Amino acid sequence: MMGIDPVTLIVALIGASTPILLAAIGELVVEKSGVLNLGVEGMMIVGAISGFIIAVNTGSPWLGFIAGAIGGAILSLIFAFLTQYLLSNQVATGLALTLFGLGLSSLMGEEYSGINPPLTADLFPQALRDIPVAGPILFGHDLIIYFSVLLVAAVWYVLRHTRMGLILRAVGESHDAAHALGYKVIRIRIYAILFGGACAGLGGAYLSLVRVPSWTEGMTAGAGWIALAIVVFASWKPWRALIGAYLFGGIAALQLRLQAAEINIPVMLLDMSPYLVTIIVLVIISSDKTRAAMSAPAALGKVFHASG
Amino acid sequence: MVRLEKRPTPSRAWIIATPIVAVILTMIAGGIMFALLGQDPVEAIRIIFWDPLFDERFASFSRPQLLVKAGPLILIAIGLSLGFRAGIWNIGAEGQYIIGAICGAGFGLAFYPSENPLILPGMVIAGALGGWAWAMIPAVLRTRFRTNEILVSLLLVYVAEAILASAATSFLRNPEGRGFPGSRNLSQHPGTDNPELIAGTGMHWGVVAAFIAVIFAYILLNRHVLGYQIKLAGQAPRAAKFAGVNPTRLIILCLGVSGALAGMAGLFEVAGPAGQISIDFNVGYGFTAIIVAFLGRLHPVGILLAGLLMALTYIGGELAQLMLGLPASAIQAFQGMLLFFLLALDVLSNYRVRIKRAEVGA
Repeated sequence: MMGIDPVTLIVALIGASTPILLAAIGELVVEKSGVLNLGVEGMMIVGAISGFIIAVNTGSPWLGFIAGAIGGAILSLIFAFLTQYLLSNQVATGLALTLFGLGLSSLMGEEYSGINPPLTADLFPQALRDIPVAGPILFGHDLIIYFSVLLVAAVWYVLRHTRMGLILRAVGESHDAAHALGYKVIRIRIYAILFGGACAGLGGAYLSLVRVPSWTEGMTAGAGWIALAIVVFASWKPWRALIGAYLFGGIAALQLRLQAAEINIPVMLLDMSPYLVTIIVLVIISSDKTRAAMSAPAALGKVFHASG
Repeated sequence: MVRLEKRPTPSRAWIIATPIVAVILTMIAGGIMFALLGQDPVEAIRIIFWDPLFDERFASFSRPQLLVKAGPLILIAIGLSLGFRAGIWNIGAEGQYIIGAICGAGFGLAFYPSENPLILPGMVIAGALGGWAWAMIPAVLRTRFRTNEILVSLLLVYVAEAILASAATSFLRNPEGRGFPGSRNLSQHPGTDNPELIAGTGMHWGVVAAFIAVIFAYILLNRHVLGYQIKLAGQAPRAAKFAGVNPTRLIILCLGVSGALAGMAGLFEVAGPAGQISIDFNVGYGFTAIIVAFLGRLHPVGILLAGLLMALTYIGGELAQLMLGLPASAIQAFQGMLLFFLLALDVLSNYRVRIKRAEVGA
């Protein structure tokens, strides 16, 4: 394991995790409201190209991030309309969103491959980042990374300690009871879906503007699906989603470094390791019968139709 | 105010009408999309849906392609539809397709250069077993550990792609290929080839298998107790429990059948139209088959028709690429749109739309 510096590995890990963390925290809120949106991958990649196009044309990565979030939210609006007003099957509609998003994004990105996006600046001055060990880990990032951690804290606080969070959870646990109490189930769920779409889109934009940074077709490569798995891993708890995303990012960052270091492990095994680890973690979490059954929102994936 | 009223039973008329209306709406929306891309929408739609079949310049080439492309789509979609009916979501058919192709091709290449006529049947069985085994991973994890089969089957697609890359560049690479990636050509070697059975039709063994699968699925769903259990488990899971349906058996069966059919489809493809194992021989049939299954209303005959239509959009899309310079991804977006319209219109089969004035105090 020589040649792999733990500090740069941790810095890379945080960067690799952020797109997935953003998408996962958005999906967590969606699922807390009782809706299963399997279109995360599609929303991410549309966010990736929307952000990329705007950033390249305006020269501002910040406008790009905003555009990515808006792009993801607009795509999620299709899902919201179909599942909430037209009562379509959520699994099928989410899949359609992913298939459509992949096609739409490559259509939008026709002329954008091979271009470099404008650079996203680091937040803190060089002096702070030069502090040994703690400097790069604590201060060596751009704004979006700090934002993603703050977002996790905000989602945790809102879900746990505010009236809004209580209502959202009530809708996700029993839409009929929430409806009987007079809450607008459909409206609340649509807001949640839009939030999820914006987060996924922002995550996608982070991927194309900072992580890679360039545009290639299908560049999300399953990140959206891993985000979905992380929500299950997290048992629908925000801080555990952070742990899950960083765990995954650690493996992704480590395997890339191992490939570069030409250590004697087959490339095939390294390439598949993030997906395999995700599956193994999913199995461990779901085999714990009581925990898995206790924490999933009770109305997850069920169609709500107010009768009367 | 528009209100939806649940129908006691889904409307049969709308179940049949929705795919047709969805196709028409997709043509309109697709026309708008093509217009935004700077194309004449009417011409683009004509090139995609009409010219491949009826324009004499292209028809002789395009018509056989219809069966070549519809074959794998139908074969995979038939398998998926059984699970979808029972609420078991195998969305990783693409991975099972890849693994089936690798296993089947591996079997054939193991006997190279033998031309024994039993090799192709052996390859088909190896392909089916490969796809079956790959689908058994989510099946067993679901039944033993309650792990979500949607996520596992999908994540395994990426694992399968990593194995495929390795197969094409190392363990199945053509030793006489001067270092280029890709296996020996299977379709040009007697014994391992999956030939065109009737010249000029595109009919190969995979298409035959697809037709047989349609017939079997029809009989299974309408005449066999297993088909009844599948339908019951999807529509009324509690009733299914009381009727003695064993959910574990159903999951193993539905995932197994869909995996085996997808694996077979993969083998027929590498031994026929694709010709060899290469890094990107798979073109997403496993995902498009999901759309085919829904467009066909999860009904065998519907899937047959939907598979042909979807094949037409592939061929028409290629033609539009050639004639108009439309990007290849436009067709993918087009297919996704079709699924949206279909799912949106489904509301009409299950609900009655009532237009009412808002009641006082309501």
